[in-house]
Amino acid sequence: MKLISCRNVSFHYPAQEGQTPGATVLDGINLEIGRGEFVAVLGHNGSGKSTFAKLLNAILIPTKGEVFVDGIDTQQQDKLLEVRRRVGMVFQNPDNQIVATVVEEDVAFALENLGLPTGEIRRRVDDALAAVEMTEYATHPPHRLSGGQKQRVAIAGIIAMRPDCIVLDEPTAMLDPRGRREVMLTLEALNKNHGVSVVLITHYMDEAARAERVVVMDAGKVLLDAPPGEVFSHTQLLTGAGLDVPQAAKLCYELRCAGVNLPGEIIDEDACVHALLQILK
Amino acid sequence: MPAIIKTESLSHVYSQGTAFEQAAVHDVDLEIEKGAFVGVIGHTGSGKSTLIQHFNGLLRPTSGRVLIDGEDTWEHPKQIRRFRFKVGLVFQYPEYQLFEETLYKDIAFGPTNMGLTPDEVDVRVRQAARFVELPEDMLQKSPFELSGGQKRRAAIAGVIAMNPEVLVLDEPTAGLDPRGRDRILGEIKEYHQQQGNTVLLVSHSMEDIARLADKVLVLARGRVFMYDDTRAVFARAEQLEQLGLSPPQITKICTRLHREGLPVSPEIFTVGAAKTAILSALGEKERNR
Repeated sequence: MKLISCRNVSFHYPAQEGQTPGATVLDGINLEIGRGEFVAVLGHNGSGKSTFAKLLNAILIPTKGEVFVDGIDTQQQDKLLEVRRRVGMVFQNPDNQIVATVVEEDVAFALENLGLPTGEIRRRVDDALAAVEMTEYATHPPHRLSGGQKQRVAIAGIIAMRPDCIVLDEPTAMLDPRGRREVMLTLEALNKNHGVSVVLITHYMDEAARAERVVVMDAGKVLLDAPPGEVFSHTQLLTGAGLDVPQAAKLCYELRCAGVNLPGEIIDEDACVHALLQILK
Repeated sequence: MPAIIKTESLSHVYSQGTAFEQAAVHDVDLEIEKGAFVGVIGHTGSGKSTLIQHFNGLLRPTSGRVLIDGEDTWEHPKQIRRFRFKVGLVFQYPEYQLFEETLYKDIAFGPTNMGLTPDEVDVRVRQAARFVELPEDMLQKSPFELSGGQKRRAAIAGVIAMNPEVLVLDEPTAGLDPRGRDRILGEIKEYHQQQGNTVLLVSHSMEDIARLADKVLVLARGRVFMYDDTRAVFARAEQLEQLGLSPPQITKICTRLHREGLPVSPEIFTVGAAKTAILSALGEKERNR
């Protein structure tokens, strides 16, 4: 059984008083997320990707179709906690999701709400801070941290609940390049070393290029769902959906259009240089 | 070309004389030519924000001078407001600063404070809205009814409406998707071309800077690390990388091909230019065969 499965999921926001129902945001999505997968979700603003993210841990419930998390239907109100324990969510703005005045207390917040014994909380907080490499800041006030550090604290707060999957909605959008790197390295380490599934919603193509699998959303539907090499070879389709491709992929695409014989699945600098050296030397 | 912005040994120390004293900008001598499109890059903490806040007198130098169009900004401190109109600053996430009941009133705020007549203000508001492609029928809406990208553009219009001689934008595309980003950058480029004003664009995206700027200012640890033509700055890829700044991917690819002895210039920073260079290198190889 897959960790998360979305079956024929559609969603529209409810009608406001005196208005017609909102437009369909998601339209018949079928998608599965496996244990230990690292999936990036791309799409322009309004493509439905944030709504999709919120369906994965029952912040939103599908208007049609079902989302199953570890076999639990997210529509079951009484199973809400079970769902949220398995799938944790990190949002864009680090300043909006930190609640405590000390880093370790913030990480402990959810655990206290779960009513875990003190010793267990201590252990989990320490483990979580170590996993995001923030142990030395355990007793610091969060407002003195950089954006990247704050996001790592937010991630630690989720990790401490030992979820099977973390869903992140543009976690690096407000960070500088250094902060972005920190967060990406943290996510990759959690995925590799702890086997946590990662669903990363992002506008950054270079981040998506590092995932195992890339899902591209457009107009509430899944446009592409494949490894990054394949996804980024669809230069025209992506541009049409208001997205970029990495410059290496774009260059190779343009050269292929000009009749140069190059493989279609080049998305990073190394592969591009290698392929060009082969034809130029 | 006369300098529109000139700094002379400009330094700024925060909380001077306290235990928290911190020098943010150090002895900066800089001349920015009138009409230039300058990209400003540097790490967080490199002094970018501190420096640009001196250009319209939001900050006062702790030593040194800032001259705008030849005038010392702090010669008459009581008149510092004039420079707020001469140099328009668009902060990061400017949409959080929208506050009026309607979009029209929000854009009109700056020009009204400049003392323009209602008719003049009206012209400015409509012109600014056109630059950022906000349709006329949107002007009577509340700013809070707009989408994120529209709000961002509305906030930029509010600064453009003052028709500043220098437009400074701090990360205007942060958090936008590629389509929203391209739209705003296109509008800024158009504005620069039509008005001929000086534009300073602060960005972490080397790709965006490479596409738009004729000159690039690189700041590091509060000092000017480089100020030169875009081409010349990106050609020094290794030094940029040492600062933790990453040149465009396409420049890195061309630099590596160049190092391998291929006839591809390392001074390439757009995909189009790289394509041309590689096609001509391929042609050369064919001819030599």
